[in-house]
Amino acid sequence: MNRKIRLTVNGTARAVEIPTYRTLLDCLRNDLGLTGSKEGCGVGVCGACTVLLDGKMISSCIALAVSADGHEVTTVEGLAGDERLHPVQQAFIDAGGFQCGICTPGQVVSAKALLDAIPNPSDAEIREWMLGNLCRCTGYYKIIESIRTAAQRSRA
Amino acid sequence: MNAFEYAAPRTLDEALAVLREHGDEARVIAGGTALVTMMRQRLVSPGYLVSLREIPGLGRIEVANGGVRIGALVTHREVETSPLVRERIPVLAETFRRVASVRIRDMATVGGALAHADPNQDPPVTLIALGSRVEIRGAGGGRELPVEDFFRDYYESALEPGEVVTGVVVPQLPAASGAAYVKFLPRTADDYATVAVAAIVTLESDGERCRAARIALGSVGVTPLRARAAEALLAGQRLGAGLLQAAGESVKGAVDPLSDHRGSAAYKREMAAVMVGRALSQAWEAARSSARGTQ
Repeated sequence: MNRKIRLTVNGTARAVEIPTYRTLLDCLRNDLGLTGSKEGCGVGVCGACTVLLDGKMISSCIALAVSADGHEVTTVEGLAGDERLHPVQQAFIDAGGFQCGICTPGQVVSAKALLDAIPNPSDAEIREWMLGNLCRCTGYYKIIESIRTAAQRSRA
Repeated sequence: MNAFEYAAPRTLDEALAVLREHGDEARVIAGGTALVTMMRQRLVSPGYLVSLREIPGLGRIEVANGGVRIGALVTHREVETSPLVRERIPVLAETFRRVASVRIRDMATVGGALAHADPNQDPPVTLIALGSRVEIRGAGGGRELPVEDFFRDYYESALEPGEVVTGVVVPQLPAASGAAYVKFLPRTADDYATVAVAAIVTLESDGERCRAARIALGSVGVTPLRARAAEALLAGQRLGAGLLQAAGESVKGAVDPLSDHRGSAAYKREMAAVMVGRALSQAWEAARSSARGTQ
């Protein structure tokens, strides 16, 4: 039971034929070669697979690719142009917002969505927004610092 | 996940026709947070999925009979942040804010959460306490049911095959009322409740005696429960800390929690009493402040 779907991924129109049971995460990683988004828990809890669907955060591991047919997907690869970094990515480097790195694509995409929604978040707003992105290295203070840094720079 | 057919019709009538044609084989999908997770864990293996996502008109929040009507495709996050809900029924916005994480609230829909009929969810508890009604459509037409009658058993609702939840209608609180939602979370902030309680206290116009109380609990049985015995203890009475505590104690006989990693059944029963007392105290305080404001 295959289905041809059309997505706009990181601004580019893509068409792909997939089985209906393909998750959006597997479609991005295996069919479209975008391996930035990771699978952690596989049940929507850990946030490693976070991407934006029409600008809103979703867990792509529990989203069906067919449900995204006709919609717009943004992954970590699409936050900035080739060989460039999004201000949130630069801030994660400067403030030490990652250790092993497996959760980082999800952290960065969630942080980008946060700053789109709330450009100048309080620490409480950062914590509430990011509580769905787990870091098993437990680098939470540095992640919060990274987001604070990105928000400050965008104000400067 | 198993293989399945998938349809994303543009109208509700079309969706109902597909559901009727495929009977028990078909499942409705909206945000997918519950269904896709269960499919990935092979707890369910539907042969046909009918998506409601592309049907316009199911995603509105609007004023209805002084209260609020919330369409089935409205997301949890949209209820939480809706100026209309925050102004008219703040306890409902606060309840939806306590569900999982922002990301899951951006995906999960109001109709999907009801149809999922998981007794550990937050919204049904407050919806029951508020006296909300669920709107249902089938091929034969529409019907409405109090949310408290909608849940039948563990993950079982009153939906007949071929029926779809289209929305929920939430009445506004009466005058001199206060409401509270208390979610006991000993583990992580995005967890399901160990015990959840919604309480609404309505005072007489003198601001002293209790006209009526409504109390509902989640995570303490196979469905969300309404604590009618506790409510009866409060109606017509002058409230005080002792009486609220007694109302809490009275729910121990009404709840029937399961032992799991969030606590033993005995522990949850004790905590249900404590949390009912706390929710009532908060609701009473809010009701007194509301009664003072309207005098």
